[in-house]
Formats: sequence, structure tokens, C-alpha cells
Amino acid sequence: MSASSPEQGRTITYREAVREAIRDALTRDELAFLMGEDVASYGGCFGVSHGLFDEFGPERVRDTPLSESGYVGAGIGAALGGMHPIVEIMTVNFALLALDQIVNNAATLLHMSGGQLNVPIVIRMTTGAGRQLAAQHSHSFEGWFAHVPGLRIVTPGTLEDARGMLWTALQDPDPVLIFEHGGLYGVEGVLADDAGPVDIDVAAVRRAGDDVSLITYGGCLPRTLRAAELLAEDGISAEVLDLRSLRPLDTDAILASVARTHRAVVIDEGWRSGGLPAEVSARIMEGAFYELDAPVARVCAAEVPVPFAQHLEQAAIPRADGIARVARELVRPGG
Amino acid sequence: MPSLGADMDAGRVVAWHVGVGDHVTRGQVVADVDTDKSVIEVEVFATGTVTELLVGEGERVPVGTPLALIADDADAGTAAPSRPGAPSISAPDEGVAPTRGAAAEPETTTSPESAPKPESAPKPPPPATLGGPSPGETPGSRAPISPLARRKAAELGVDLAAVTGTGHDGAVTADDVARAVSARPSFPSVEAPASRAPASRAPAEAAPATTQPLTGAERQAALRRAIAAAMARSKREIPHYYLTTEIDVARAMSWLAGRNSGVPVTARVLPVALLLKATAVALRTTPDLNGFWEDDGFRPGSAIHLGVAIALRGGGLVAPAIHDADRLTLEELMAALRDLVGRARAGRIRGAEMSDPTVTVTSLGDQGVDVVAPVIYPPQVAIVGFGRIRERAWVDGGRVVPRSTVIATLAADHRASDGHRGAIFLAELDRLLQEPEALGKEHENPEWTTREAED
Repeated sequence: MSASSPEQGRTITYREAVREAIRDALTRDELAFLMGEDVASYGGCFGVSHGLFDEFGPERVRDTPLSESGYVGAGIGAALGGMHPIVEIMTVNFALLALDQIVNNAATLLHMSGGQLNVPIVIRMTTGAGRQLAAQHSHSFEGWFAHVPGLRIVTPGTLEDARGMLWTALQDPDPVLIFEHGGLYGVEGVLADDAGPVDIDVAAVRRAGDDVSLITYGGCLPRTLRAAELLAEDGISAEVLDLRSLRPLDTDAILASVARTHRAVVIDEGWRSGGLPAEVSARIMEGAFYELDAPVARVCAAEVPVPFAQHLEQAAIPRADGIARVARELVRPGG
Repeated sequence: MPSLGADMDAGRVVAWHVGVGDHVTRGQVVADVDTDKSVIEVEVFATGTVTELLVGEGERVPVGTPLALIADDADAGTAAPSRPGAPSISAPDEGVAPTRGAAAEPETTTSPESAPKPESAPKPPPPATLGGPSPGETPGSRAPISPLARRKAAELGVDLAAVTGTGHDGAVTADDVARAVSARPSFPSVEAPASRAPASRAPAEAAPATTQPLTGAERQAALRRAIAAAMARSKREIPHYYLTTEIDVARAMSWLAGRNSGVPVTARVLPVALLLKATAVALRTTPDLNGFWEDDGFRPGSAIHLGVAIALRGGGLVAPAIHDADRLTLEELMAALRDLVGRARAGRIRGAEMSDPTVTVTSLGDQGVDVVAPVIYPPQVAIVGFGRIRERAWVDGGRVVPRSTVIATLAADHRASDGHRGAIFLAELDRLLQEPEALGKEHENPEWTTREAED
């Protein structure tokens, strides 16, 4: 990573931040290795691991056959054997092929072995829409995985988290799934030179506000921050809460934010029915009912397979103007 | 099946006093219901003819279950009661009048939410149910109010019925409540007058003087404000001191059980009556705890009128007097308590009963509370709190034994008395409860009369 200014840090993309995190892990932890489809000489489907093969060699950066169930299972086996595998799955859509390994093995073995077998695996995968990759590459299933006890689900939505969550996840003795939104890889920003590991436990207020809490994570975070700016132009002060971890959810942070603003919109690129925002909303009802001055609102993906055509795709997923509209209606009904 | 106590989920019909075809008049006792604690008479609150008994004798049914069908008198028109303070029940169309049980819950001097809850009424048009909506809540016409607005309104004493909503679907929001507060000229005065009237605690007294009947919400808000004013005044002005003692009531309880075993259930005396009796008699020893602090001086009460804190359904409480409680027999005191609780919850407390108490007793034992640290009702100078009677570890003759005890707390006004006097009162209370037989006959005890005369 080249251009750097001593005070500000460097301008860097989300993709590069993830790559730096992997490089850091492979450098510092000799038990760590990366494996997945085309992660080695090709440099990863989204270019995340570009150059790492040359740097670390075939033992540490390994290509796998086109079999999610097989190589995720191999990763779990390596983890049981004491290694610290970083397994990359191309997109969450294909993670469904490895669902048995993830849900029935990785998530359960600690429990079923009476605490004898922990599975220190980290599984990274791309999620989300917005890049015209059509339905089979564009869905957001992180909310499904967040249903499963035994898994920890984290969703870096900023450069700092892209750079810092992986190392913390590797230190966790149990399986951690990292969901990287495909639309974020190209996002550029300034990352501090001393950026390093971050916690993966708590939600973060990315923008403070008084009138409404916009609760989101991952790929929807930049759009939600833009929505907060649109709302500010209308004199509405929106707080943006980045969940960061979907399992466990930082319920305290959610309730504290709602207690400040008395209104909440939950934004998610997954489908509305039975989605993660439903869980967030339920926790608000349970824990902050008497703080609410309006019903909790959700902005989610349209309940269709994500379309290929660009205008349809954009219409199907949460966008800044739509988030702002829902929030505005909550704060000033009919206004 | 009416709810006859906060913790009552079901009741058993012990006896019907009426049969099919009988004409019943409002207020008539129609059935006896066993609540597990005691047998209570259920009154009918409508006039009409019994067409069917839905629950047989000996049957146990959940609260809210219709007990009987009563046909409205053809010419009666409105058989449903419209007495303020009592749950009003709209008569269904089929020409049957609803009935509702009302009964005292004598065991508890304080228990919230007795009597029919709105939820206990079955689906909208049942023929006749013993149970019905609370006053001021008309099913189906509930205006949307945000949870926060509801909470703020309760905190600020705002009547939500009078607030115009600007939120979603016309919902009342917290801002609407805030606007209503700033638009309000001022609260109706509820500060207790400095005269004898201890505090305007009765709904009727607390309400602004107006000829318009109050809605349930208004009455509730007014009652809440009155309590707020009295309690704030108490904590602002009265330097409370608190004394607590644990009293062995094993003998008293076993004596009471023996006494109760020989009489019909309706004539039984509940433990709380014994505690009230002992309190009243003990106060003769310490008259400086029985009276009022007024104009920088203590004015003793002319008699011992025991205020009894009674929780109302829908929230709030009143503490009307049992007059001359120390002179009543246990049976009379029990009957007075039963009567008072029933009328308090029906909103039929007489004004004098509200203003007469010279001291107050509150008992939260039925809620599982061990110790009550009560707040004095100004201008009274003392209040006695009783927790629950239960078996606790007790040291007797060097051994730890299980023993029924009650923890009594005296809160008294340090302007009017000192801790030493309070201690004497509690010691006397304890002594009296060790001699339940004497307490049971105490009203005829000349020694007490003499002592009272000396006071």
C-alpha cells in the first residue's frame, strides 16, 4: 500500500483493506491459511486475494475444487486439527451448498462434543446486490445464518472493520462468518496507518441524531448515511446505528438509540418477511416499547429474486432516497 | 365470574341463591363464590329475570366466564347500571341485560386491579356476562396513541381523550402530549386543604368541580394527580421516621383458625382484621400517633378512625376510614372492612369516610411483600405497614424454629412524635397480638376503656 500521509493515513479501497487483513493474519499466525475457489493464482473472484499467492505460496493460499460442501468441510476438519483456516466462499448464494457443513457441523460440534471440539474457522463470503450479477449471485442470506446458535456473524461496513474484524474473528475459538458486501469492495476511503484489529461485539453509532434511528449494517451502511444527509437537509436529525455483528446482536445499543430518538427504521438488503429487521424490531418492542413514538419501520429488498436489469435491480433494493422517505414519513407524517 | 382479587384466576360457585325464572333486582346477592381465600357473595348489577344458570354449583370456572343469563325486563329499557365509578356495561341487543358481580375482597386491604378486567369479557356480543369493560374504555373506539405518548401522558397527568393526534393515522404522539401540556391553563387544584380533610383522595373530591360527569380517563388522571399532590406534600413536609419490628403471630393465627373453623365461611375473620384491630387498640397507648399535624401543632384525633389503604381497579388507591376501629368487635370490624373494600372499588365511598381517618394502615402482604415502608397521608402523623404473614426462621428458647410472623413498620411524623413513642406503639402492637383471645374480646375490656378515658 503506497501513498500515505503520516497524519491522515492512506487512501485505500475496501477490497485492499480486506486483503491487508488477510496478509496480516497470514504473517502473524503461522496456523492461518486461506482457501477457496480461485483464491490463489487468479487472485480471488473479486480480486481480494490478488498477490497473496505469490507472497505466501501454495501452502498458505490454496485453490479448491468447485465444491463448497467439500472445501468448507475440509476447513472445518483443519480447524478441528488445530489450524486457523480462512475459507472464502465466492458468494453467500453458494454458501447454501455448504449449509450442512456450516450449520450441522461447524455450529454444533462444540455443543455435541460436550465442549471437547471447538471449530476455530473463519468463513468469508460476499453478499448483496447492486452489481448486475443477477439472482444467483446477489442475495443477502446473512440474516439466515444469524438465526443459528454456534455461529458468530459479522458484517464489516467500513474500511476499519474490513481491515480489523478478520484478526479478531481468527482469535475466536468458534466459527465466525464474515459477510463482505460486494458493492463495498470498490469503495475508497482513508484508513489510518495504524489500523488494526477491532472488536466484533458491539454496534457503533456512525452518525448521532435525535429524531429517528436508522439501524443497518454492511452494504446498506453507506446508503443509510447518505439518507441521513438527505434528512438533515429537511431538518431531520437521524442517528445511524451500524449493527456490525448480527449474531450476537448488540441489543443494548439498539435500545439505547431508540430511547434517544423514539423512532426506528431498520434497513436491510434481505427480504422483509422473516428477515433480520423483524428480529431487531421485535427486540425494540420487547425492550423499548414505551420509548416508541411511532411504529418501527423497515426498509428491505422487494420480495422478488434480485433482478438483473439495472433499473429493476436498483428498484428492488434499499436506496438512500427510499430510506429517507420512510424515515421522513415516520418523523413528520403526511409532511 | 368476577375477579374478586388481584391474584384470582378462577372461582367456584358454592351456591346459587336464585334459579331460572326468578326475578332479580340490582344489588341482590345471587350466588356465593369461593375464591380459594374465602367465600364471597356475588351481587347482580342488573334487574331482570334469570333465564339460565350457565355454571352449576360446585363448578370452578376461570374469571370472565359468564355465570348466568338474565333477560332484561321488557319495559325496563336500560337495566345496565350507569352509576359512576362502577364498570358500565352496554346491554346487548338481544334483550338480555348484563350482570356483574361486585364483591369485597376482604383479605386484601390493598390489591390492585380487582374485579372484572376488560380482557375478562368474552367476545363482543355475549348475552350476559359477569364482567365487562372498565369505565372509559369503549371497545372498538380506541384511538391510536403511541406508547411513548401514553407514558408521557401518564407522567404528566394529561387526559389523552382530549389530545388531538398528529401522528400516523391520527395517532397521538409525545409531541401532541407536550403541546397539550403547554396549552393547559393549569391543573385543577388538588392540594389537600389544610383543614381536617387529610387529602382529596377520593375520585369525586379530586376531580375539578364540574357538573359534567367525568370520563374514566379523566377520573383516573384526577385521582392520580390527587395522590401525587398528597404524596409529594408528605415527602416534602413530613420528616418521616421508620421503625420496623417482626412480630410472632403464630398464636394469633392458630387462635383465628380455631375461631373460624366453627363458623360459616362467610362469617370468617381474616388475619388482616386482627392486625387492624390490634393496631387500633395499640394506638390508645400512643395517642400522639393518632391525629393531625396542622398549623405547626399536633391535634389529636377525637377517636381512632383507621384509614385502610385500598387499591382501586385501574390504578390508584383510596384510604377511607373504619370508624372507631378500636371499639368494634372483630366481627364488626371484618364486616366493616368487607363493606368498605366493596364500596371503595365500586366508587361508593362516603365523603366523611375519606376525610375522617386519623391514622392509616396499609397491607401489601397479599402481594408477597415482606416489608412495607409507607408514606404518611398528610395531615395525619402516622401510617402502619404490614407485610405478608409467612413462616420465617425464629429463635425460640435457643432453637431456630419455623414460626408465622409479620413484619410491621411504623412511619411517623417526627414533628409530632419521637422514635421512643413509636417503639412503645410497636411493642404494644406485638403484645396485643400475643393475646388474641383478649383482643377478640377487647371491646368489652374495661381496662382499655379506662385507659382511653385517661387520654
